[in-house]
Amino acid sequence: MSGFSIIGKPIAMVDAAGKTTGLGKYTDDLTLPGMLIGKILHSPYPHARIQRIDATRALRSKGVVAVVVGADAPNKYGILPVGHDETALAVEKVRYIGDNVACVVAESEALAERALELIDVEYEPLPAYFDPEESMKAVSDLIHAEKPHNLEKDYHHVFGDPGKGFAEADCIVEGRYLANEVTHAAMEPHSTLASFELDPHTGNMGRLTVWSSTQVPYYLQHKLSIVLEMPMSQIRVIKPLVGGGFGGKSEVIPLEIIAAVAARKARAPVKITYTREEVFWAHRGRPRTIVDLKTAVKKDGAITAVAAKVIQDGGAYCSYGVVTILYSGALLGALYDIPNIRYDGYRVLTNKPACGAMRGHGTVNVRFAFESQLDELAVKIGMDAAAIRRRNLLKSPCMTVNGLRVQSYGLPECIAKVVERSRWAERKSKLPRGRGMGIGCSHYVSGAANSIIRSDMPHSTVNIKVDRDGGVVVYTGASDIGQGSDTMVAQIAAETLGCSLARVKVVAADTDLTPVDIGSYSSRVTFMNGNATLRAAESVRAQIAAAVGHRMNCAPGDVVFGDDRVWKRGASPDSTTGAAQAVIPEVTVSGHVEGQILRGSVQQKRKEEGPRDRMSFEEAVVAAIDFHGTLTGVGSYAPPVEARGGKHKGAGVGPSPAYSYSAQVADVSVDEETGEVTVHKIWAAHDCGRALNPVSVEGQVIGSVWMGLGQALQEEMVWKDGLLMNPSLLEYRSPSSTESPEIEAIIVESIDPEGPFGAKEASEGSLAACIPAIANAIYDAVGVRLRESPFTPERVLEALRAKKKDARKYRLTRSFDPVNPVTFREHGGALRFKGKGPARHSHDAANGRGSQNGNPRGEV
Amino acid sequence: MPKLLISLDVNGRTHELACEPNQLLLDCLRQDLGLTGTKRGCDDSSCGACTVQLDGVPMLACTLLAASCQNQRITTVEGLAEHGSLAAIQKAYGDWGGSQCGYCTPGFMMTVHALLAQNPDPTEEQIRGALSSNLCRCTGYTQMYEAIRAAIAAEQKGRTEARRA
Repeated sequence: MSGFSIIGKPIAMVDAAGKTTGLGKYTDDLTLPGMLIGKILHSPYPHARIQRIDATRALRSKGVVAVVVGADAPNKYGILPVGHDETALAVEKVRYIGDNVACVVAESEALAERALELIDVEYEPLPAYFDPEESMKAVSDLIHAEKPHNLEKDYHHVFGDPGKGFAEADCIVEGRYLANEVTHAAMEPHSTLASFELDPHTGNMGRLTVWSSTQVPYYLQHKLSIVLEMPMSQIRVIKPLVGGGFGGKSEVIPLEIIAAVAARKARAPVKITYTREEVFWAHRGRPRTIVDLKTAVKKDGAITAVAAKVIQDGGAYCSYGVVTILYSGALLGALYDIPNIRYDGYRVLTNKPACGAMRGHGTVNVRFAFESQLDELAVKIGMDAAAIRRRNLLKSPCMTVNGLRVQSYGLPECIAKVVERSRWAERKSKLPRGRGMGIGCSHYVSGAANSIIRSDMPHSTVNIKVDRDGGVVVYTGASDIGQGSDTMVAQIAAETLGCSLARVKVVAADTDLTPVDIGSYSSRVTFMNGNATLRAAESVRAQIAAAVGHRMNCAPGDVVFGDDRVWKRGASPDSTTGAAQAVIPEVTVSGHVEGQILRGSVQQKRKEEGPRDRMSFEEAVVAAIDFHGTLTGVGSYAPPVEARGGKHKGAGVGPSPAYSYSAQVADVSVDEETGEVTVHKIWAAHDCGRALNPVSVEGQVIGSVWMGLGQALQEEMVWKDGLLMNPSLLEYRSPSSTESPEIEAIIVESIDPEGPFGAKEASEGSLAACIPAIANAIYDAVGVRLRESPFTPERVLEALRAKKKDARKYRLTRSFDPVNPVTFREHGGALRFKGKGPARHSHDAANGRGSQNGNPRGEV
Repeated sequence: MPKLLISLDVNGRTHELACEPNQLLLDCLRQDLGLTGTKRGCDDSSCGACTVQLDGVPMLACTLLAASCQNQRITTVEGLAEHGSLAAIQKAYGDWGGSQCGYCTPGFMMTVHALLAQNPDPTEEQIRGALSSNLCRCTGYTQMYEAIRAAIAAEQKGRTEARRA
């Protein structure tokens, strides 16, 4: 369907020039007069009580203005209302290596850094927990006293009758899957600048302004208000350009609070920017996850039941953990038709940096397990891997067994497209040894149907102001973090008003100027903010139509908008340039003289001319302002009640107004000598409802698939007694251009009935399918099924040797078998840190009795 | 440490400033000259976000001492736009989705600009090789190749037209 002038057209992002010229400002690019720099002192212990902090020497150091400690702002906060377990700086205890202990505020970064070393902190080390399954056995020295067994949260869900489902199956496969930890590694390190103004009435420090690299300005404003004990109305959060988020900036990161507390104590503007190493410690990435999965099918491939036990190694704080563990279970449904589901989810605390939300939040590691197991089942029952997926499609529209409402479902077309483009039928399992193809599918929410802060408030609100100059200003709380939401908002406003894109100016993500939007996370922005923008623009259009209809002697419904003009239905739009004109981002100046000045005499002349049947956009705007007195439109969006999920405990997470769908085929080679996996190409079809801007949609899909590829092959956070061994971009191996294969993005449009112009999410859903597609392709190539990600040469080689019963196993650690993994490994195995570290908990695997995940004999 | 008085030629303009002998070119550009287009993305010279050109050669500003760059022509991303309009590669990155969050983009601009100046018609492999000095976390690089091809086409068209005129 066409008929759109701007929607569906490939358009450069409205802020692209600022990015390519370097003139766009990110938080760290900002300075204020008198600005000081903050540097944070981090904990060297994974778990310790703070006996004493003495900052006397630091305060005497040159250029130091203030030293901030936990006692300066002890109020607890956390992104989830159920997870308020963090403080700006450690109070009493530190809980991971890298935890925040104190902050020095000084005249320069170098001076602040020098003073950090002069802060004297005495710690009493406590037993620490690193392995989630061990941590769950803890009875003493708990990470948070109020969480027995270090269990943040557990959920146990049963939908349908899993017992019956397993009983009636013809084939059941069961296995343990391990997914190691990955992090966002957005290119922009986190940065925050905080500044107080003096209040003219009290003479004291008054309003606070915070510029921050955040995906969620509104939540930041809320948490600052809790910690600083200030009303939200006195806090202004501004989001400048953000250099990538992927979930890593979707909650309040310690430096954001610390900067504000420091600015209050130092009585001057304070900027804190993380080093890359600090970004790794701040983390909030995807937790390493144990998935014990059991799936049952009939001979014809129909899935009869699924049982999943998921354990997430959540790190030292709750963060988004409760939501993550719920997503892992809830999104077992809504991709395929699964009649019976049992889910047991455990979110466990350990003495490591907190995990949080990362692209594909909660779904990715479980999807890796499920899609791998489905592939295994297909082999067992002698069915094609694409066919078994087709056998289990939902019949949309429908409600899944766990209460998720599906209204648009492009998965069948996604599978068809990737099968066709990859020449699946003629190539799968027919390639020479060492080369193979695999398929995987995934889905994701288009925004959570229930917001984090429980209330009936709309999730997005948008205001539009149109003035006599014909300019359209959209005020939106949507946070553009590079995904292009400002462009999306401009497109929807321009399309609805029939004006050119260049007329539309987007003012975004400034809590003083823009109405509440709960942020850029869970892929909610296009669906929710897009709908709010659409409603606001429709309101403006209705007001213009009423005024213009009055002038043209026709019903408002007979006023047509397009090409920067309005006309009476049936009349010629008087356009010689056609629809293409609106796409060209140039301001047309038709009618600007009348539009801007419109003196009484001109008005009189107009009246004498009698009714007209066409006007320029400016003239129509002026007519509307004269008619109504003002021309502003407001719109808001809240998900419909039917889409908000069932009644069971934890039912609030998972439901979404719409789901995106993705299918992928990977073509890989495996070098059996080195264990190296080379991905030649990935075909990725994604159902985004409608592609509002195809360049952006393809960019998001390719970016997601590529990030999945990183997790599949090389990205991994390597731990040793709670210390991150690879906190740099050199060692945390994000794929470079030479390691990145061609990714062909294929857009599938299912036109969602509730999405703005039918659109759904495009930025996250594709990630999860990539990992199992590659795992399945490796199996197709060399016949080993890797159940531990990432599939590094070491793991692939170990699996190949185990298959050949080759005596020369690597045996880096005892439990190391990527085909049947048991537990997570610690870095280096043989090089275990002995003696000098904190005393180990009696339940710690590394204590005495050899170790489950170390290698006391020093084998390499 | 006593400061040095140095003179830098940045984007065709001469700047005189006092800086510490160990000050990095990156900090000098960002803090002293306000040229914040050059970004810092890592601690260990691995990301390429701070790429600038010294006499046309792409270099990491985080590995250079400001005081050692006195006799060279320094070009930053702010110096790429020509005659008040976007350079072909800047326009193409916008049109083809080569830039998403944009944080790595200045570095890529400098790398690709240097590549095309030296080799106006690079092969796919040469482009991949050149780009491997810079990290991007958003795009998966695919749309960058499209942008670079479009920029090459635009440049070639421009040259042909210039010859005709």
